[in-house]
Amino acid sequence: MLKNLIEINLDHLIGAVAAKRAAGYRFVTITCSDLGEAYLGGAYDILYHFDKGLSLETLRVRLPKGSELPSISAEYFAALLVENEIKDLFGIAVTGLALDYEGRFLLSEGAPRKPFRRPEGTAGPETGSPGEGC
Amino acid sequence: MFNFVGNVFRNLTRKPATRPYPYQKRAPIAGNRGHLVIDPAVCVYCGLCSKRCPARALAVTRKPNTWTLDPYRCILCGYCVEVCPKHCLSLKPEHGDYS
Amino acid sequence: MAKITVIPFGPQHPVLPEPIQLRLELKDEKVVSAIPALGYVHRGLEKLVETKDYLQTVYLVERVCGICSFIHSVAYCQGIEEMMGVEVPPRARFLRVIWSETHRLHSHLLWLGLLADSFGFENLFMQVWRAREAVLDLQESTAGSRVILGVCCVGGVRRDIDEAGRDQIKATLDRLEQDLHRIVKPILKDYSVQHRTVGVGQISRELTFERGAVGPVARAAGIAQDLRQTGYAAYSELDFQPVVETAGDCYARMLVRFREMSQSIELIRRAMERMPVSPISVPVKGNPDGEIVSRVEQPRGEVVYYLKGNGSKNLARMRIRTPTFANIPALLAMLPGCELANVPVITLSIDPCISCTER
Repeated sequence: MLKNLIEINLDHLIGAVAAKRAAGYRFVTITCSDLGEAYLGGAYDILYHFDKGLSLETLRVRLPKGSELPSISAEYFAALLVENEIKDLFGIAVTGLALDYEGRFLLSEGAPRKPFRRPEGTAGPETGSPGEGC
Repeated sequence: MFNFVGNVFRNLTRKPATRPYPYQKRAPIAGNRGHLVIDPAVCVYCGLCSKRCPARALAVTRKPNTWTLDPYRCILCGYCVEVCPKHCLSLKPEHGDYS
Repeated sequence: MAKITVIPFGPQHPVLPEPIQLRLELKDEKVVSAIPALGYVHRGLEKLVETKDYLQTVYLVERVCGICSFIHSVAYCQGIEEMMGVEVPPRARFLRVIWSETHRLHSHLLWLGLLADSFGFENLFMQVWRAREAVLDLQESTAGSRVILGVCCVGGVRRDIDEAGRDQIKATLDRLEQDLHRIVKPILKDYSVQHRTVGVGQISRELTFERGAVGPVARAAGIAQDLRQTGYAAYSELDFQPVVETAGDCYARMLVRFREMSQSIELIRRAMERMPVSPISVPVKGNPDGEIVSRVEQPRGEVVYYLKGNGSKNLARMRIRTPTFANIPALLAMLPGCELANVPVITLSIDPCISCTER
């Protein structure tokens, strides 16, 4: 139900983002969700949101677990904060960051590592299994 | 230069703008969600309020019939008041006294 | 020979309302570069959607930030309503506008007080916060609580404003207008205040856009973008125009927020006149399914909510991008070249809300 959604391959990511920059889009944010085992045996759903004239456009990339994500901070400097956050919370290896916090952006010394990842072996969110405990 | 003379005169002759709390307390504002109150005679111990509470501040057991509120966890949202089928819960405007 | 020093600004600083650390590299007294360090108030709120169902999450989302809390819940409820195809009744939309604008008023007044305190003008800080008390009392009697209102729900609002509430709103707005009129001269036309803010923290329009700044920071540099122009809630019926300045320095940002306060008073008056009579909420059945992006204008800028449901009562993912998160790269562009004594003023002029940034 997201309007203006385009699905692209990981290899075309930097090119598509550069095209958005040349066309005058403002960078909004990057959203990452863990799809669990349901897709490709484990993948992340990464959405890049851009805005022009108050209308939102999104690029969708599916990243298989264990792959590296190229950073877009060379195109949009503002993206480095979000990419560091994704690196901390999901444990995704992001390469080419303009400023790298190496896992210490949001999480402190004693915090759980990669807290937003679904535990191994559980079904992904598509089958609707809620977590337990608080 | 004499602008302030009027100001000084006014400050000396007027009453203070503050209230001598705790000798004089402010009347509680009517719409305020102050603290949670239950009417125990009406409660049927269904446990719906404790299931819906977002802060897990309520605990209800069946045998024996108990209804416990942890006032420090309660966020005074009023969700329990809305879902109670017997309407035995309500929010009273004064700030709760937990001494 | 210039000496390079590195000093940590924050996380505890008298001027900062919330902890953020900026590692400033200084050459004598001029800032060369700044690197932010966050993570002091990270609470992991986005993960709690796994344990709370989508109706309880309204209360969770309100507590992301203490200053813009109602508008967070409006953004969330709008997203869920659009995902589930729920139509909010007209009176509820106007009520949401009224409470959003009172929230904007109280947030800008709080910010104005903090900015005055940052360059030592404590008298104005106290006067502005006293004016803010009237707004908080208004929120307490109409919505139930001074800051975290708890009055928005999926499907509408939980309370209505009766005749007594309308009279109180009118009286509060009149008094607030008089107070604002009285503080214009000491804050906007004062020589010392202008000396500390005009030309300080200047940023060009192109750089502001490139760094993705939103809200009053972008509008003060000439970018006329305000999410309220899209007409969510009842803004499409209230003839709304964004407030824009062009200078891009701290004084322009102050001017934008000041004029937005007067604009909020006007919007509340218009909303009260044009508010129709209708029910204030509709019952909601079922569970959310699908994904949606909901964007709303907070006092600090554009907040983006990404919600993904999967047919169960817990949401699969909730992602919040708050405006201060988008304004921090712009702050890093404003700091190089300024004096050390101006760093607090510049940091406060983007209106940082770090608990929003880190959720």
